[in-house]
Amino acid sequence: MTSPLERHPYGEHAIVLPPKSQTTHDAADIDREIRLLMYRRLHEIRQFEKRAYDMFMQNLVKGTTHLSLGMEAVAAGFGATMREDDYTFATYRGHAHTLARGVPMEGILAELLGRSNGLLGGKGGSMHLTSVEHGMMGSYAIIGAHLTIANGAAWSAQYRGSGQVAVCFFGDGTTNIGAFHEALNYAAVFSLPVVFVCENNLYMEYTAISDITAVPRPAADRAGAYGLQPVVVDGNDADACYLAARDALEHARSGRGPVLIEALTYRHGGHSRADPGKYKPPGELEAWLAHDPLKIYRGRLERIGVPSSALDEIESQVGQAVDAATEAAKNGPLPEQALAYTDVWADGGHSWRN
Amino acid sequence: MTIMSLSKALNEGMRQAMEDDPKVLIMGEDVGKLGGVFRVTDGLQKDFGEDRVIDTPLAESGIIGTAIGLALRGYRPVCEIQFDGFVFPAADQIITQLAKMPMRSLGAIKLPVVVRIPCGGGIGAVEHHSESPEAYFTHTAGLRVVACSNPADAYTMIQQAIRSDDPVIFFEPKRRYWEKADIDTDSTEWWPPLHAAKVVRPGTDATLLAYGPMVKTCLEAATAAEDDGRSLEVIDLRSLNPLDEPLVLESARRTGRVVVVHEAPVNNGFGAELAARITEQCFYHLESPVLRAGGFSTPYPPSKLEEHYLPDLDRVLDAVDRAFGY
Ligand SMILES: Cc1ncc(C[n+]2csc(CCOP(=O)(O)OP(=O)(O)O)c2C)c(N)n1
Ligand SMILES: [Mg+2]
Repeated sequence: MTSPLERHPYGEHAIVLPPKSQTTHDAADIDREIRLLMYRRLHEIRQFEKRAYDMFMQNLVKGTTHLSLGMEAVAAGFGATMREDDYTFATYRGHAHTLARGVPMEGILAELLGRSNGLLGGKGGSMHLTSVEHGMMGSYAIIGAHLTIANGAAWSAQYRGSGQVAVCFFGDGTTNIGAFHEALNYAAVFSLPVVFVCENNLYMEYTAISDITAVPRPAADRAGAYGLQPVVVDGNDADACYLAARDALEHARSGRGPVLIEALTYRHGGHSRADPGKYKPPGELEAWLAHDPLKIYRGRLERIGVPSSALDEIESQVGQAVDAATEAAKNGPLPEQALAYTDVWADGGHSWRN
Repeated sequence: MTIMSLSKALNEGMRQAMEDDPKVLIMGEDVGKLGGVFRVTDGLQKDFGEDRVIDTPLAESGIIGTAIGLALRGYRPVCEIQFDGFVFPAADQIITQLAKMPMRSLGAIKLPVVVRIPCGGGIGAVEHHSESPEAYFTHTAGLRVVACSNPADAYTMIQQAIRSDDPVIFFEPKRRYWEKADIDTDSTEWWPPLHAAKVVRPGTDATLLAYGPMVKTCLEAATAAEDDGRSLEVIDLRSLNPLDEPLVLESARRTGRVVVVHEAPVNNGFGAELAARITEQCFYHLESPVLRAGGFSTPYPPSKLEEHYLPDLDRVLDAVDRAFGY
């Protein structure tokens, strides 16, 4: 256990550098097929997010969006390990986790554009992506809300004895809201099959996490308080995420209770569309760009003998898929006004049925 | 006289309050270095320091609880909630403690806490980012609930709210943050009291009651109604709790027709309270029931549908037509 910070150097945080090595997991015991799938996912997320960014910048959509550029490996690694019937709970920064569950791009992109062919008919938007049939149990825009909800879903699996696990992703900033602590205690007390994944990208919006958190590792340093092991992984290395996810899921699935993982990563862009990221200290972004998840993974696959042409081929297939999804999303019809009135009550309507 | 946007007026008001009283503190997520997500506290940390303008952890319940503790010992914290929909984690402390501790302590405790909430829609955001939660708070005794609608009121009301010994829930119409007006910052003589409503356009045939973002909409509706030969009086309530009853009732008795306009859903909205009070006290003066124009009984819609959802000129004038139909 780490002790609390001795002083509080507000606004003077040092640059947090990524791990030094990119070869640590070269020899990891992971099937080549799975690695190729993860490579594809990394690119799907990267190219999707870039397209989403462009479309927001072209003012095709009102409102805002939160991207996972630079954070792709967490979603790719976990997505590749999860069982088809496991549950994902994500935040407003949830495009990546939705893609990682195999939800088709068109529906996600169209949802961002508020079109009828969107995942939620245009009713949820970028921050609320949900696809129950893919185990994507929702994206939540209220900080902390989904951690206890994930517990409930995990508990349902425990009741059914189904062996399903709920995986709940959230940010570093989220570790400071009460709900985080409530959820961990609850999960530990009832040994729930839930895996909490803190994507520590060093910032809560515009504020460095170190300025507002009592310990250096916002999630891992709190694990001990709930009888859990502190786990920190390189969140930019898809294999590191995959291995951590595999262990955690196995632990939770076998009835041994919750796991808390802190994945250290970095968002290349701002918090949301409106944020140019001016608060980032000089040199930080460059250091993390050099530790880019896609770059790391391409290097690894080449070292283990995957021909570059095969990797190029994956990239261009993904590019075509993103283009096709863009066309389909843009051509989707706008929702009817009647959509505003649907599904307030369980019978599908909004006025009471006396 | 200085031309200021509504957000700048709030900023200047807070700056003034901080200069006047060293016990005034600002706290909230990203309010310091960034100056808040809407830049309302821009520059205050630079000028007043990190001890008085505090970037808090992401913890709304913690922010309000801490503010209560500070207020217990004489400080005057001004807390920013980033968006309307994020006040709910704080609602526990607001409703169970902030509103009730003064009464419970037989007045020994005063809690001069201000909770600033950017509210309402119209900026293309979605649920949690466009809502109008005022009725949850007007329903809670012990809280002053106010809503500014224009830069001048923003400037005066924020200072009065900070000086108030009661807790104040302070609603800011986020889609009007960028609207500008000339403000007299040299004198305080023109300042109405915080609880006072204001007739912002006199009229004789019907009264529109509004607050926050809907005041402007109602003024536009009144201008449009002129073409139909109708003279509409527009009242900016400014304070929802306490309510400036005398002013509202006088107008209702004089015009005989009242339409309440708010963005929040009509169902159980603040308009219901107004309608009830006016009906109880002006029954024999009314030419029509008090009518309400507001949001639908649905969650806030996606941005593509928000224009449809938000009360606009047509919905207000339609309600006026109905009032004349009785
Ligand atoms: C209860 C609540 N308070 C405030 C916000 C506004 N807000 C949205 S994201 C965010 C920062 C979250 O930071 P972190 O948990 O690190 O996640 P990241 O955005 O970095 O992925 C804040 C304060 C919110 N959505 N919900
Ligand atoms: Mg973060």
